[in-house]
Amino acid sequence: MAHHVLAPPITEAQVRALRVNDTVTLEGALYGIRDANQIALFDKGRTTRFDLHGQAAIHTAPNVKSVPPSAEHPTGYAPVCIGTTTSARMERFTRPLVADLGVRIIIGKGGLGAGSLEVFREAGGAYLAIIGGTAALETTWVEGIEDVDLDDLNPESIWKFRVRGFGPLLVAMDSHGNSLYDAVDRQSRSRRQNTLARLGVKPAAE
Amino acid sequence: MPRMKVEPAQVEEIARELYVRALKILPPDIKQGFERLTATETDATAKSVLATMVTNIRVAEQTENMLCQDTGIPIYNVTIGREVEVDGAALKAAIRKGCERATREHPLRSSVVHPITRKNEHTSCGPGVPAIHVDFSEESGRLTIEMIPKGSGSENNSWLRMAIPAEGINAIKTFVVDCVLEAGGKTCPPTIVGVGIGGTSDLCVMLAKKAATRPLGTRCPDPEGAALETALGEAVNMLGVGPQGLGGDSTAFAVHVELAATHITMNPVAVNMQCHSARRASAAVTPDGVEYGF
Repeated sequence: MAHHVLAPPITEAQVRALRVNDTVTLEGALYGIRDANQIALFDKGRTTRFDLHGQAAIHTAPNVKSVPPSAEHPTGYAPVCIGTTTSARMERFTRPLVADLGVRIIIGKGGLGAGSLEVFREAGGAYLAIIGGTAALETTWVEGIEDVDLDDLNPESIWKFRVRGFGPLLVAMDSHGNSLYDAVDRQSRSRRQNTLARLGVKPAAE
Repeated sequence: MPRMKVEPAQVEEIARELYVRALKILPPDIKQGFERLTATETDATAKSVLATMVTNIRVAEQTENMLCQDTGIPIYNVTIGREVEVDGAALKAAIRKGCERATREHPLRSSVVHPITRKNEHTSCGPGVPAIHVDFSEESGRLTIEMIPKGSGSENNSWLRMAIPAEGINAIKTFVVDCVLEAGGKTCPPTIVGVGIGGTSDLCVMLAKKAATRPLGTRCPDPEGAALETALGEAVNMLGVGPQGLGGDSTAFAVHVELAATHITMNPVAVNMQCHSARRASAAVTPDGVEYGF
């Protein structure tokens, strides 16, 4: 269970060194992606001017406030509250995001599925779990908003955050076919019968 | 007792204030729920996840920030007591306006879009949203407004099953267990699992939401429902889903049941979940003024 400090761009070797149950702290750039901007990119043929090769992306749509553009807030947006959202909705976008656009790390909550795990194995990627619903804490790890693209989709724009000490994040899916979510799901489903028996539900009664 | 008149301007201010308060301060019963789970959790990862959640509650209060980035779908539950004089239509309009003002003035992320065009008006409002539910109570001279910003992670995991009488209570128990398994980490566990039993299809779903958003420690007023709460609460925490679906004992703070009578041919069950950031705020308007709470 090693701890890694990663500052994008992240190489294939760096991401393949990550194993489930390792922890990661991210430094530097972090991109915010979401349902609407991935629908725009992968279903509607729109493009982003951001080069996402070797980058880390978090499933998010932040709370921001409009401020006068300045060196600190070049986009005219200041962060208010930034956290994560349920990743599973965006499962089908993992392949184009990682295999085509070159993203190395996806950060989110609740995990991704078998398709994503296969993409991570093939292309070299990993999923890092951040704790959902703890955005007040996570906002303290965000230094600022450096850039924004596809802002007509606000708040589901593509955001470029600058982060410091962003973590620890838990490696929950790695490039070696391991997923903590699969392991927990298999175990909890194996406990279903006993749980129902405890409730007085016999298998024959189903 | 003289009639108490409630003005729309006052309601608008309360609706604005409640949205922001709910997003920032977790109710004491939920904090106690975290203490209870932390004391009994045996899994190392789960302990660490719970500790981060507790830290976040403290950071949110210290920095006066929102607990979660998801501002949710705004829900306002209004209870009007006896001897309260209020213009109902104006009250609903005032709540809408207060909700919109909170969104613009704080500012909050508007998480609300038109369901077909997906257009976001950046007001947290849209057709039928905020959801405003009005009920009446026996209590004289008291109007309460409860605000719940319902997060989508948990709301996306909502189910209704129109079971039949031949399937009996076992259909309900099995359904609840299977919903918790299906939800996994997507609902941001530990959750409050809300179970609606009986009624019509719409009433059943409404009961599940009422159950999921009830304070921890409250019990179903029906003794059969209360017994089921205890049994199901123990059962779902045997599954090992754990906080964030990463394994552990703390899958749910509790299972809450609400029930209504149903048809002789029906046996409906609905499940709605509330995430660990089980946010709510309330205000009571009495002749003495406005008192904010949870």
